[in-house]
Formats: sequence, structure tokens, C-alpha cells
Amino acid sequence: MPLLEIKNLVKRFPIKRGLWGRGQEYVHAVSGVSFSIEEGKTLGLVGESGSGKSTLGRMLLRLLNPDAGEIIFEGEKISTLKSVSLKNFRKKIQMIFQDPYSSLNPRMTVAAILTEGPAIHRIGDKSSRLQKAAELLQAVGLSPEALLKYPHEFSGGQRQRIGVARALSLLPKLIVCDEPVSALDVSIQAQMINLLQELKEKFKLTYLFISHDLKVVSYLSDQIVVLYLGKIMEYLPADRLMETRHPYTQALLEAVPLPIPGKKTHEILAGEIPSTLKLPSGCVFHTRCPYVQEVCKQKIPVLRELHPNHQVACHLAEEIFGK
Amino acid sequence: MNILEIQNLVTEFDLQSGTLRAVDEVSFAVKKGEVLGIVGESGCGKTVTALSILRLLDFPAKIKSGQILFEEKNLLQMPEKEMLKIRGNKIAMIFQEPMTALNPVYTVGDQIMEGMLAHRNISKKEARAKTIELLVQVGIPDAERRLSDYPHQMSGGMRQRIMIAIALACEPEILIADEPTTALDVTIQAQILDLIQKVIRERQMTLILITHDLGVVAQTCDRVLVMYAGKIVEEAPVALLFRRPKHPYTRGLLESMPLLGKRQGLLKTIPGSVPNLLNLPEGCRFADRCPRVAHACHLKIPELRNRGEGQWVRCINT
Repeated sequence: MPLLEIKNLVKRFPIKRGLWGRGQEYVHAVSGVSFSIEEGKTLGLVGESGSGKSTLGRMLLRLLNPDAGEIIFEGEKISTLKSVSLKNFRKKIQMIFQDPYSSLNPRMTVAAILTEGPAIHRIGDKSSRLQKAAELLQAVGLSPEALLKYPHEFSGGQRQRIGVARALSLLPKLIVCDEPVSALDVSIQAQMINLLQELKEKFKLTYLFISHDLKVVSYLSDQIVVLYLGKIMEYLPADRLMETRHPYTQALLEAVPLPIPGKKTHEILAGEIPSTLKLPSGCVFHTRCPYVQEVCKQKIPVLRELHPNHQVACHLAEEIFGK
Repeated sequence: MNILEIQNLVTEFDLQSGTLRAVDEVSFAVKKGEVLGIVGESGCGKTVTALSILRLLDFPAKIKSGQILFEEKNLLQMPEKEMLKIRGNKIAMIFQEPMTALNPVYTVGDQIMEGMLAHRNISKKEARAKTIELLVQVGIPDAERRLSDYPHQMSGGMRQRIMIAIALACEPEILIADEPTTALDVTIQAQILDLIQKVIRERQMTLILITHDLGVVAQTCDRVLVMYAGKIVEEAPVALLFRRPKHPYTRGLLESMPLLGKRQGLLKTIPGSVPNLLNLPEGCRFADRCPRVAHACHLKIPELRNRGEGQWVRCINT
């Protein structure tokens, strides 16, 4: 049984349109996404603006509630949990946020930040919680002296480590990492990536790793989900990334500037990412796809398996990429 | 032929906690028509260097000493009246965050025309026509209609194209681009980089590209400066830099990048973090993170040494 399963998740945000707007308009953030994560694995979620990746991450933590679909964690439906059972559930899935400067309460000491969760869930007593906090700091490579300090006394990379320690403080089974290294310098990114790998082994964690950075995602993940405008384009093993069978994934790969000197002579994907207020018909990628055909505008492609653990939502995958 | 020469530039910030030297005796030349990359991480001084060239810094920043030679004049000694004729006209800049760099209460058309009307003797009608042309060149569809759009009505990629149009409006000789694609989505980044390269080629402009992304450097630059804690630590033609990086910091940066499509063990990292610029050590600023550190490294900051083929390195251990 997978640790986490999501089925046909949908999330839309209503927006008002002026004084005499006709009817309700919605931002269609997530439009029917399904996937599962096995315990101990890392699932990478890749996408650009409007892909719905952050919204998905938040729904898993019940920071947002889905409009439709199911979230099943350890065999239990969590989308409808309430009060005590919801509170208990919150220990099991935690999050590491993107911006180290706004994700830590500037008025709380590190000790307060790291003991807050356990205190709410009445785990241990004051001194055992502090002891655990010191251990967590060491696990993330910081000295226990940090306990008495405030977030502003630390660099971005160090703050991010505190954020990781906080996520670990309730010993969760799954951590949603929402762009945890995007705001960090390259050399600090590498430290953080290694740290996340080490902690996964040490604490027996499962990760959902959300990022727009393909290099980092492909490095850390076992499986990758490629999202576009709230829909899955492709689902594939990380080591098959170069064997992609979807034009969008291919475009993402080709857009990554590689540290190899010389001019690239590939086609640049044209056009803008469409607005999520009005999703394109048929395949949502059709407005930018270099291979678009009539069927793409009419029919929504269904995710189908081309290879073990490799699924693609494209009518023309075989034609474009061969077998 | 050198179009711009920076000599011993020192830019400091007068803070309550002390004087922070963001740019410490930086010297380099830019050849006409080349794409020069300045790469480094937070706090290395790359942006402050660029802002110093155009004298866009305000208190508490201060350019303490040095010379910036352009068209046989020292920009740092120029009266502000003359500097106004350089900014946006001969030397233009594209900034990192298009949303905050564009004025939200003016239309994009007005912002592009502003420079033209200030620096050229043309009528509003002519400026408008030229602006529409520019919008087409930077790939904005429906150009005439978009003249009256406000920045908030456009996507990130489109706003960056507007910034490029503003920078090109007076056909400058040098374009400085400070992290022009960092805030953009991946597929849009590729479009913008492609556009920048295209306009540089077409107009035979010189480009100074500031970035932290070594991939961008590899794809767009002819020559690269690597900065660390306010100093240039390595300078080389781009192919050489990637083929045989000599400074341990450059090597560390290259080795710590995860490669696409390759499953690797733990990444090789540079331990520690950049030094506090208010409390710099004696000797080499990279010493306490350097895998090759020796006793002599702590005594004195090394000079930039010529290693041949245009490569200069500030290290005694290569």
C-alpha cells in the first residue's frame, strides 16, 4: 500500500469580476490530479507558474481543502478529517517552505519555533522538548547555541536548516518540500540537498519535492510528476527523464541552460503560459505545443502507460518520439 | 578594443555597524561587442559593481575610489548633468525583478518613450512609432494595443521584454543585464535569453551579464569574471573556465551543481558560507572554505596572476 495516494484532486479559487461581472470566475489551480508515493521514496513535482504544484502541496497538509477528489494517507481518507483526528494527522505530514526569510516567525526564538509543535501535541515536557530541539539542530548541522537566538541572526541557508528542523520536530512520515532550495545560493543549495538526502535515510522519511528546477528535482527524486496548468503531463522515473515522451517535458529539459559552453541549437518553446482563468480546450498544452494537431485541441488526453512507471498524457507521444 | 574600463573600483556602504566594502579594488575591461559575464553568489559585489558603473547608488553606498573609463572620460568624475546623458542612452540596464523595476502608474508605452524623448530630438508621434517597432522586435504581440497597458496587466516574461525595450530605446552601446531571467519561469527564461542574444547581435552591442547561474554563463558569455566577497577571483574566456577552472571557488561551484539526467551520490559541496563583509579575515577570503588551503593563504590576499590564454586567477595554490 502506498504511503500517500491522491485521486482526481481538484482545486479552484473563485474570484470576483468587477461590479457588473457576469457570474463567477475561477482560477483553476488543480484540475484532476492523481498519483501515489511509496514509503521511503521521493516524488518530484515539477512545473512552472500556474502548474498547481504549490496548491497541491498545501492540500496534502490540509492547509487548503480540495473541491473534489480524495487524499488517502496510510490507507485513511484525510480529506474529510475533522477536529481531533485532523489534529493527530497533522503530525504525520509536515512542510518545508520556500522563503527562509518569511517562513520563520521573527519574534520567536529558535527554541520556541522547534518546541511549538511538540508542545501543541503535548509530547514530553518542557525539558525533554528542549533536549529534542537541541538534537534536531545538530541533525541539521547547527549548534545547540542557536536555540537562544532569533531568526534574523542567521543567514538564508541557516534559516532554511531551522525550517527543516522544525519540519522534523514532530517526526512526520512525509515531508512536503515546497521549493526549499530555490531561494538559496548555488553552493548552499548543494549543502541543503545533501542534508535532505541524509535526513531522509536517518529519519526514514518520504518526500514530496516541489520545484521548478529540473536539475535539482531529477537529482533528488525517484519518480517525477510534470505538471502544466493543473494537469499531469507526464509521470516517469527520474532516471528516465532524458527518455521523456512528452513535448512539454522535452521543452522544459531544453530550456535548462547547461554549464557546457557553446550555443544550443534547439527550438525555443514559444508563447506565454495561458491564464488559469480559462484553461485551453482539449490538451491544455496545445496552445504552445510545436506538434499540435486537431485532435489535441478537441480531446483531453488521458495518462497512459508507455513503459513501466512511465505514463504520458499526449495523443501523439508515439508519433513524436517513436517507440 | 576596450569600450569600458573599470580600474581599482572601491564601493563601500557606511553602516551603523561599520563600513562594508562591497566592491574591493575591482578592475576589468570590456571589449566592444563582447558578452562579459560576472558570476558569483549573494554578497559577492556583482550587482553593486554594475550599479557603480551607472552611478545608481545612493546613501549609504559610496564609490570611494577608482576610475571607470568610457569614451575617454572617467564616469566617476563626471558631473551629474553629463551622467544623465549616459544613463539609458549610451549605457542601459535591465534589472532583475520586472515588476518592481517598472513604474506601476505609467503605461508601458510611456515608459519606453520616456528615454527616447529625453535623449533624442524627436516628436511624440515619432517616438510612438519607434516604440511600436521596438515592441515588435522584443516579441510583444498586438504591439499597438499594448502601448497603453500597465505593467500589472502583463505576465513576468512580457514585463521583462518591456524592460528590454526600454533599455534598447536609445540604442545604447553597452547593455548591463542584472540577473535578467532569475525571476522568470524556465521556458520563459529561455525565450528571454534568446531575445537578449538576438538583439545584441543585431545591434552589435556590448553586454555585461550578471548572474549566479553558471548554465546561463556557459550558453551566453564570451568571457567570465568570477567574484567572491567583493573581489574578482578568476577571469577567463568561457570555454577555458569550464574546461579548466583554476580557482578552488570556481571549481567548487561547478562541482556542486547537480547534473541533469545523471544519478550521482552526495553532491560535492563547498563547506561553510561566505564571510561577513563587515568582518573579513586577513589573507584570502576563501581560505576557510578552501580544500587547498595552506598556511600562507591566511597571511595575504593573493594578486590576480596571469595563467595564459586570457585566464587570471587569484590563488597561490593552483
